[in-house]
Amino acid sequence: MTKSILVVGVGGQGNLLLSRILGDVFLSKGFDVKISEVHGMAQRGGSVVTYVKFGEKIYSPLIEKNEADFILAFEKLEGLRWIDYLKDDGVLILNDYEIPPMSVISGISKYPDVISILEKQNLNYKLVDLNSVVNKLNSSRVMNIALLGYFSKYFDFSEQDWIDAIKRNIKEKFIDINLKAFSFGKEL
Amino acid sequence: MKKLMLGNEAVARGCYEASVKVVSSYPGTPSTEITEYIAKYDDIYSEWAPNEKVALEVAIGASIYGKRALSCMKHVGLNVAADPLFTVSYTGINKGLVLAVADDPGMHSSQNEQDTRMIAKAAKVPIVEPSDSDECRRFVKFAFKLSEMYDTPVILRLTTRVSHSQSIVELEDREDYQSEYIKDISKYVMMPAMARKRHIFVEEREKLLSEFANNCELNRIEKGDTSFGIITSGISYQYVKEAIPNAWILKLGLVNPLPQKLIKDFCNKFEKVYIIEELDPFIENYVRSLGITNVHGKDIFPLCGEYSAQLIKKVILGVEDNKCDKLSIELPIRTPVLCPGCPHRGIFYAIKKVGTITTGDIGCYTLGALKPFEAIDTCVCMGASIGMAHGINKASDNNEKAVAVIGDSTFIHSGITGLINAVYNKSNLLLIILDNSTTGMTGHQEHPATGFTIKNEPTYMLNIVELCKTVGVDNVDVIDPYNINENVEKIKKSLETKGVSVLIAKAPCRLHKRFRIDKKIRQVDNKKCKNCKMCLSIGCPAISNKDGIIKIDENLCFSCGLCQSVCKFGAIITKE
Repeated sequence: MTKSILVVGVGGQGNLLLSRILGDVFLSKGFDVKISEVHGMAQRGGSVVTYVKFGEKIYSPLIEKNEADFILAFEKLEGLRWIDYLKDDGVLILNDYEIPPMSVISGISKYPDVISILEKQNLNYKLVDLNSVVNKLNSSRVMNIALLGYFSKYFDFSEQDWIDAIKRNIKEKFIDINLKAFSFGKEL
Repeated sequence: MKKLMLGNEAVARGCYEASVKVVSSYPGTPSTEITEYIAKYDDIYSEWAPNEKVALEVAIGASIYGKRALSCMKHVGLNVAADPLFTVSYTGINKGLVLAVADDPGMHSSQNEQDTRMIAKAAKVPIVEPSDSDECRRFVKFAFKLSEMYDTPVILRLTTRVSHSQSIVELEDREDYQSEYIKDISKYVMMPAMARKRHIFVEEREKLLSEFANNCELNRIEKGDTSFGIITSGISYQYVKEAIPNAWILKLGLVNPLPQKLIKDFCNKFEKVYIIEELDPFIENYVRSLGITNVHGKDIFPLCGEYSAQLIKKVILGVEDNKCDKLSIELPIRTPVLCPGCPHRGIFYAIKKVGTITTGDIGCYTLGALKPFEAIDTCVCMGASIGMAHGINKASDNNEKAVAVIGDSTFIHSGITGLINAVYNKSNLLLIILDNSTTGMTGHQEHPATGFTIKNEPTYMLNIVELCKTVGVDNVDVIDPYNINENVEKIKKSLETKGVSVLIAKAPCRLHKRFRIDKKIRQVDNKKCKNCKMCLSIGCPAISNKDGIIKIDENLCFSCGLCQSVCKFGAIITKE
């Protein structure tokens, strides 16, 4: 059994950290894990994708089309961009948040109506409002951990497993606010 | 102990375990994190050098003195370091010398897709190539031993998917070695009489290494039940295992020189052998040179870009791609953009207003070539902008004055010599140094003009203004990149003045933690807004236009105020 998770968003949304914590949890539960991240120019407001795979034995760090069990999307358009990677029975978890790309800002193209497209496709998607967590905690930097909190409900690991992984990967002075974001995310 | 590690982090761990003493590098994606992780080990001296040539020379010095040393760079960085590389291949080493060089198939963040194996072969330097994080750790340790066994520098060749993937690593203890410096000018002073002897040594070393390759523990055969065999290395090995788990595989870890006997014996077993390697037909050309003909390589696999398990399944097994057409519409593309608040934005806006031929360079500011600015005409390699602007000036019939832009880190890397050349050869150009006080694109590494070392210790801060004056530029001015109107005038004036002039646009990178500021977020007063879209022309990701209403995203705004300065109606206000 191999499970594949695609984490997508825009550079600067905390994509890499979320993937690292996911990988850490799976490692602590005894799985083989591989994570692949793309850096570089993509960091600067471009489209960013991270692949997380776990199972008994993992070879390729890449996730290919029709292979992802989950897509975690920090941004609506990016969620849509990667849906070819979702398995037919996979789940897209979509943050209800729009960052228009430069092509939209400059009027060359139009930001699509993501939800109506997804509805037509009959895809299994969950819309989550991570911005509400961000507003409650007054910090835009915890969106990723709120998403982790929501996503943790798909696994039967104990809450402590997740908390330990967060603590291992986040600087001490930011742990409290991130643990709050995690539990708010869980409640969504 | 088991740990999930980035390939680059595992290289650093391997260096720690091999008791490396000195590491000198220049940042470059995807190699950067190796040196950043090494900086966390107090037992290893580490530094950022001004460029890869200097970095390698530092490592060579340490190795000859009798300590294990490493230098890290990306593939194009090896071009800069090629001069010392080709000769350290002759001198050899005293204690282990390894170059960690990261290639970027697919060009996620590079200007070309060159294959480091070709340079290593030309320099007659062995290469080891890991295919996951634990191999990164083990192979770098092996590379130091190989270096000492055969008196040679060794290249640890990485690719983006190995450097930037995390997999499980088994940690080991630190090992020890004896070090001693022995003066030996016949070995370390490469004047012609001595170099001639060393060339003979290099050729003999190649022969010995070729024999060694046949029995090297890094090269192994995995038994399978397929009627064909596969020869592969690096990340391609993982794709092969995923695509055809039961295949016969010759997995190569020592990639130069290649094992002649092992390859011949392997190919003899099968009717057909596939050679699966990203980029150049490096292994394939060697195999064919042995007179082996039952092989397939670049005749059926692509020369460009990254491979994948699906690609291998498709080409070898004829399994079609996972067909997906869930989307019937084309989505707006999301190209990388200058960050909200980025100081480069104001300069490109001003350059666009002036409208002049502008040579660009490598860094975040290469993005000035894209919409909405389209203010850069060229981008070739680190430091090229100044030399190219000078070339344009000399090629023009009417002594046209071109503009060159370059970042502070890139200026120090290899822009300085271009500037010296321009002054010396009586050029007519305007150099704009985009000084954001860090190495931006690779993630905020220090450099000689930041005043801090890799360990964040204060050090002498290079004064770029004084440096420009010292090399002979009379017209040096420091400007505020956010002041568009003034800069348009200054650029115009510089272009009218004869000779070389330098404008230093100085404002820190807004993402750098050293320069965090209190945010005075901007807001749109929609009553005053006439929807003229001038604010959209600065290309700030924080400003959007939804159904004719201009909005500033408070999460993204970095309070630079540039939008405020281009709004003619005073519709953008500072939020109290």
